[in-house]
Amino acid sequence: MNPAADFYRDAFARVATTLPGSELPWLRRGREAGLAFFAEAGFPTLRQEDWKYTSVAAIEKSRFMPPPPTANGVAPGLIDAWGLAGTQRLVFVNGRYQPRWSNIDPLPGGVTLASLAEVLERDPQRLEGVLGVLPAGYPSGFAALNQAFFSDGVYLDLAAGVALETPVHLLFVTTEAGLALHTRNVVRAEAGSRACLIEHHVALGDGAYLSNTATDLVVGQDAEVEHLKLQQESLKAFHVAALDVDQQQGSRFVSRSFALGGGLARVDIRVGLNAEHAACTLDGLYMTDGRQHSDHHTRIDHARPYGTSREFYKGVLAGASRAVFNGRVIVQADAQHSDAYQANRNLLLSDNAEIDTKPQLEIYADDVKCSHGATVGQLDPEQVFYLRSRGVGEVDSRTLLTFAFAAEMIGRVDMAPLRARLEKLLLGRLPERVKELV
Amino acid sequence: MLEIRNLHVSINDKPILRGLDLTVRAGEVHAIMGPNGSGKSTLAHVLAGREGYTVTAGEVRYLGRNLLELSPELRAREGIFLAFQYPVEIPGVANIYLLKAAVNALRLHRGEPELDAVDFLALVKDKLRLMGMDTGLLYRSVNEGFSGGEKKRNEILQMAVLEPRLALLDETDSGLDIDALKIVAGGVNAMRSPERAMVLVTHYQRLLNYIVPDQVHVLAQGRIALSGGRELALELENRGYGWVEAAAGQAGGGA
Ligand SMILES: Nc1ncnc2c1ncn2[C@@H]1O[C@H](COP(=O)(O)OP(=O)(O)OP(=O)(O)O)[C@@H](O)[C@H]1O
Ligand SMILES: [Mg+2]
Repeated sequence: MNPAADFYRDAFARVATTLPGSELPWLRRGREAGLAFFAEAGFPTLRQEDWKYTSVAAIEKSRFMPPPPTANGVAPGLIDAWGLAGTQRLVFVNGRYQPRWSNIDPLPGGVTLASLAEVLERDPQRLEGVLGVLPAGYPSGFAALNQAFFSDGVYLDLAAGVALETPVHLLFVTTEAGLALHTRNVVRAEAGSRACLIEHHVALGDGAYLSNTATDLVVGQDAEVEHLKLQQESLKAFHVAALDVDQQQGSRFVSRSFALGGGLARVDIRVGLNAEHAACTLDGLYMTDGRQHSDHHTRIDHARPYGTSREFYKGVLAGASRAVFNGRVIVQADAQHSDAYQANRNLLLSDNAEIDTKPQLEIYADDVKCSHGATVGQLDPEQVFYLRSRGVGEVDSRTLLTFAFAAEMIGRVDMAPLRARLEKLLLGRLPERVKELV
Repeated sequence: MLEIRNLHVSINDKPILRGLDLTVRAGEVHAIMGPNGSGKSTLAHVLAGREGYTVTAGEVRYLGRNLLELSPELRAREGIFLAFQYPVEIPGVANIYLLKAAVNALRLHRGEPELDAVDFLALVKDKLRLMGMDTGLLYRSVNEGFSGGEKKRNEILQMAVLEPRLALLDETDSGLDIDALKIVAGGVNAMRSPERAMVLVTHYQRLLNYIVPDQVHVLAQGRIALSGGRELALELENRGYGWVEAAAGQAGGGA
């Protein structure tokens, strides 16, 4: 029994009846199974290979509490400031859906877009096979806590052949320190359907809290799903997120993860290319400063032939910050003609910053095309000199090059309002003089 | 404008320049030739302020000031421009942004207001035409994926926009096809003026058919081994560098 277990058991006893679907026996059993799993496993420790660079001891010590079911007020102006033009917007405050701040346009036939809590009330059978089990069957203490405590999230279901042209903006707002927020998103894109989701985490104030999200995505045959993520948690927050993707034949999936905030952030992305000709792109940018810690663990499983994966992550580390990139690509014996490319490039702007990068390629098939590489470096002195030789000051030159390094990842975002937002956030980190240049 | 006296430069304790003298006056065009590895680019880099070179003796005066104590950006703002032998690729920084940053840094230094977007673009487009370059290149990352010739032209475009007082062109003609060579030479000639001086590093006397220099120098064994007029380039083309090096070696040995 782990020491945190009692605390969470008590917390669960207190909030169980306020959680959505509390009257559903199968869900109650599922939540209790999560709790039992957590009692057994506890939080991950540095002794676990997957967690050896990221200590979550501070989360365990913090004893974050599940939030009360009523949401605190957030000024609508703020919500709008975080909003993205041209999207359907679902706002969650402290883990619960807020219809009055959300706006969902009339949807094309065959699209269900709602909060999980709503679906559990109206149409719980839809979720029985999904929510009754640990997220994607990948057990960890965080997944188990999420299973026990999830308070809401999005449910998106696309019937075969339906294209949801308007991107879905999921805005998760935390308003208070001390909270443990567990959210769960479920996305089902049936054959030939198409959608784009933006998972966006923000905070009011600079308090410490835990935001623990699990997203389950099934991309059906020839379907296309894009998952864009912008993490702007408070600098004291703990952000833990898992994204599990099951790709069917000929499907396309794109994930772009922008990790800018959080005191400690851990993202797990696991993609299964589970049928032939599935293709995925995993892009990411982490920027850390001060004492921030940002960890991406990705896993791409080429399970069937003719899969393609393209992974490209960049990191910019300043101050005494630390980042971890662990990219595992597995090509199963059955997955002939797989094509996998992975790269991770890091820019260390300070001597005190530290990166642990580990690309891992495990190939069990023989007819495959795979390459990977990781670089860690400072700015290229040749480039710095070139700019200075044109009259640009040294500090400005360095800043401009840093901007360019990070901007490459932002430039890959097709969705214009998000791209513009990211550019603005990046510029916000630059000194005034340099902003005028770019 | 530029006075180099007894310049000694080492890279990692290896002497490269060993007592180089050179005087360039406003309005003049000088050509520097010399065998591979003789130190031509080293000279250009030292003048532009690149790190990694140790000046062990001698001095360089530019417009009456000690050039060697200025940072690279200050040298640039004071009117020195180096067209690189190997222009650097800078992914993610658009050509036009570099030009804008450079122009504004220069203007700020001179106490002039920044150019507004319209005037700036008009200026750049004008020079672009001069260099026979496509507008599209402005919005591409600096030199990234440019062909060898495009890179060289881009250097001259920057020079044309920045209008330096002292231009150092390090093998700008290498890798250019005949038409591009004429265009680049045309761009350079258009900038010749009584207030401006140019130093061309080249291996080919052909360039000097288009840009006729006032003086031609041979850099060998770390110093200017021989200087002459336009005709020296032709002689070098016929006879190679052996005789100059031999003579310089004797002179050096005797000194
Ligand atoms: N970073 C360095 N470390 C060690 N030696 C160097 C370095 N840079 C230049 N050199 C050496 O200094 C010498 C002069 O090089 P430089 O590039 O100035 O020659 P160059 O005359 O421009 O030749 P080229 O005609 O081939 O361009 C060469 O022997 C070169 O190998
Ligand atoms: Mg050279």
